[in-house]
Amino acid sequence: MRRLTIPAVMVTIGLVAAACGTSVPSGALTSLGDGEGELNLVIWDGYAERGEIDEAYDWVTGFEDETGCKVNATPMTDSANGVQLLQSGEYDGGSFSGDATVRLMAAGDVAPVNVDLVPNYEDVFEGLKLKEHNSTDGVPYGIPHGRGPNLLMWNTDAVATDPTSWDPIWEGGADYEGKISIYDSSIFIADAALHLMTKNSDLGITNPYQLNDEQFAAAIDLLEQQRDNGAVYWGLLTDQVQSFEAGDSVVGTTWPYQVSLLQSEDVPVKAVLPDEGTTGWSDTWMIAADAAHPNCMYRWMNHIISPEANAQATVWFGEAAVTQAACDAADEISPGHCEQQHASDETYWEKIWYWTTPQADCNDDEEETTCKDQDDWVSAWTTLRGA
Amino acid sequence: MTGPHPAIQTAPPDAAGRRLARWLHAHAGTQLRLLLAAPLAWMVFVYLGSLAILLLNAFWAKDAFTGKVAPFDWTLDAFAEILGNPVYRTVAARTMGIAILVTLTDALLAFPIAYYMARIASPRKRSVLLIAVVMPLWAAYLVKTYAWRTILQGNGFLSWVLTPFGIPGPGLDELPNAWLVLSYLWLPYMILPIYAGLERIPASMLEASADLGARASVTFRRVVLPLVFPALVAGSIFTFSLSLGDYIVPDLVADAKFIGNVIYDNSGLGNFPVAAAYSLLPVTIMVAYLLVARRLGAFESL
Repeated sequence: MRRLTIPAVMVTIGLVAAACGTSVPSGALTSLGDGEGELNLVIWDGYAERGEIDEAYDWVTGFEDETGCKVNATPMTDSANGVQLLQSGEYDGGSFSGDATVRLMAAGDVAPVNVDLVPNYEDVFEGLKLKEHNSTDGVPYGIPHGRGPNLLMWNTDAVATDPTSWDPIWEGGADYEGKISIYDSSIFIADAALHLMTKNSDLGITNPYQLNDEQFAAAIDLLEQQRDNGAVYWGLLTDQVQSFEAGDSVVGTTWPYQVSLLQSEDVPVKAVLPDEGTTGWSDTWMIAADAAHPNCMYRWMNHIISPEANAQATVWFGEAAVTQAACDAADEISPGHCEQQHASDETYWEKIWYWTTPQADCNDDEEETTCKDQDDWVSAWTTLRGA
Repeated sequence: MTGPHPAIQTAPPDAAGRRLARWLHAHAGTQLRLLLAAPLAWMVFVYLGSLAILLLNAFWAKDAFTGKVAPFDWTLDAFAEILGNPVYRTVAARTMGIAILVTLTDALLAFPIAYYMARIASPRKRSVLLIAVVMPLWAAYLVKTYAWRTILQGNGFLSWVLTPFGIPGPGLDELPNAWLVLSYLWLPYMILPIYAGLERIPASMLEASADLGARASVTFRRVVLPLVFPALVAGSIFTFSLSLGDYIVPDLVADAKFIGNVIYDNSGLGNFPVAAAYSLLPVTIMVAYLLVARRLGAFESL
């Protein structure tokens, strides 16, 4: 018995050590040091406000004063642009949607997150933790920022009855010749596919991001019709805002942010989430694998999901907050905000198709299907826009 | 007899600098090469070298899913994409068409102005006109383009002027807008070389032509035009190359895609191989254009 005791004890110690041992994923920061004085972020326009448009919405200056990390934020036009910006190596991280996050994780451009260093993370709604778009093999790769739907917006002076479906920008586009405002990104092909899910169920589309040749061709046809109806494309949301203000566009696809910007300029617009459903985005803050200022980035990630910051950020942009505490704070700024945005209503989000990357294997390991991949989508969009 | 005669002055021993100066003076070629070494090194390594690396991207592969370019993974995929997809030909044709139109328009507009300035205007009027022609160049490109945007947009100035006649304004997605704005932007670059070319024609030539019995139109066609042609070509270099490469004007006033837009869009998406491969097209076009222009004597008239 004696001879086995020592090895047994050692094995036990080893097992205990392994179990309690680091749940810190390899590649993630192990301990939080001092801030480096600077932070370079890639963001969706409107995600890092410092009170320049509206003094009441500023969640950056307080962070800078408290941590000493000066924030430099660069807006991206679409996810592919965001991926390219992060890959340039000039940034510490950014807020990415699902069609960027999956690619960044696969390419090793972002590091896993040690959530022990982000105290506010435990309050995040369970429905946003360890999802396919923000984790790999059970390891979290980011901190959720907020999620939202793509909406149909129209100018109430030009559109007589309030629409409840996406028709005005597709079949009904002839009525608004030359004044249809469409997002200028290949990801919009998914919206065409989504429309076909209800209009042409023979095609058998089950996922608007994973399309076979026939389904893809049908979506492109629909987009060509839309283009021939005189669609105008916006790359920067400010282009769309200007376009609606000038009366050059009267109907189109938008984010909640533009709706509130236009309404605050007294442009008579309204928006709706149409009956057929919609595409949407769930945004995550991720840290670059070779971030120059990781401590500042971790501090930012914790700050942005703190109740006050997340409340301001999500009310400002018009998306759903990520923690209950943020919802409570948001209700003080804008009563009923979280209700309207369905922040904790997971069944609502199941009907929204988050942006995700089209993959050649249809993102489906079980079946032997082939789909159009990211390059095909970008190439088709270039052809559509260039012709 | 020890040492040289006191009357003979011996020069102090040469400092290193003076020895070097004398040596360089004796080897003028080396002196020139050393003088040019620094700027040439900058030109070759920094400017041309970085351009070369950028264009090398055209031959590298890119992963479809992660979007990363694999350096030195040689492939002709980018060229296959450009040659296989007809949209790139459409865009190139559109860009070249507008560039040629802009060049012709500016030549037609610039000639009368330059002729008046060079041959008819009094010195005072000439100075005023020169300042007037050059002044728009003081305003930034972007400022002028945005000014045109407000003129051409849906409820803009042009729309306001045309509405009483029942004609709708153009809006910001008409291709002719790009033609209009580009012609406006490059006009000074066409006026100045033509003005210089016309000024160089000696009055005695025109007098001689009249003495020989030529009417004004014949003199113009047979004497003035051939003499000013190199200057016209010089001006066209500016208008053609600037229009060929432009991507801001087509995007802002015409919602159109030119060669530059395709390159810009692809760069923004991280698709550097296709962007670099497509860049080779305007490079080739301009090299060919400049060779022809040199043959026509444009470089002496710049």
